[in-house]
Amino acid sequence: MRLAILDTGHSFGTKAVFAFIGAVSRQPVLDAVKVIKYRSDFYGGPMSRVTQEAMRGPSAWSVGDRELMAALIAKTNACEWCMKAHSAVAVEAYGGAAMVSAVLSDLETAAIEEPLKATLRMLRKLSREHSVDADDMRAALAAGASRAQIEDALAVCFAFNTMSRLADAFGFFLPGPRAFEAGARYLIARGYR
Amino acid sequence: MPDIKEARQALVSRILEGKGTASQAQRRRAFDNAGLAAPVSTLINKVAGHAWNVTDEDIGAARASGLSEDQIFEMVVCAAIGQATRQYNTALAALAAATEKE
Repeated sequence: MRLAILDTGHSFGTKAVFAFIGAVSRQPVLDAVKVIKYRSDFYGGPMSRVTQEAMRGPSAWSVGDRELMAALIAKTNACEWCMKAHSAVAVEAYGGAAMVSAVLSDLETAAIEEPLKATLRMLRKLSREHSVDADDMRAALAAGASRAQIEDALAVCFAFNTMSRLADAFGFFLPGPRAFEAGARYLIARGYR
Repeated sequence: MPDIKEARQALVSRILEGKGTASQAQRRRAFDNAGLAAPVSTLINKVAGHAWNVTDEDIGAARASGLSEDQIFEMVVCAAIGQATRQYNTALAALAAATEKE
């Protein structure tokens, strides 16, 4: 991590929680958690409320669909950390890796339903080009995504276009797959609160 | 459907108007990615546009310019949320335009 405060600047109580998490999970505390817990009144607390609502609030999209969106947004932003982290959550949510692997390797050939594919296409363009237009939205609507589903997907996009930037800018340490799998189980069980 | 409007507004208000170690003006400039001087502008511009290109040297140069780690933390957070906000607002406007004509 490029800022030492994000590694070691937490309050005594937070450090004790980290030690507990490390002892129980036998995995290093993920850098995303360290950032969320650093001076959490500034960023982590208010951001977690947004993320929880976007990722776990009521929606026509499943939890797996939203985690898959997060992984694809991260991939588009060249953020390996977030892509691996949220691929693991999507795999856990779907109960299998096939769909996640297919979408991340080639969205166009992936065998998924059209509303989801068209929505992912729109999110990818928004993340890559920082902009979409009415025609992009009409394409997603024509594919069967509802207006509410598109709004829900944009909420996911907001959260992960924020977090992937922080992961890259702060230089998150990339742990092995077991740490992400442990993180994924936690996020499925407890959410982003 | 999830309504992130209120939570998102609270987040933006907190980072821009609440207490911080960077001044409100600095945080606002980072959020807008406008009006900052080099080398901090280089770092903030990368965070907004291509964060995967941020290097140790970019952070080091911001430190050497006189910013504390806490100030850099806050300004990078503002830059990330600022860019995500612009994307989000652009997309919502496009969605409104697409559904108006239906």
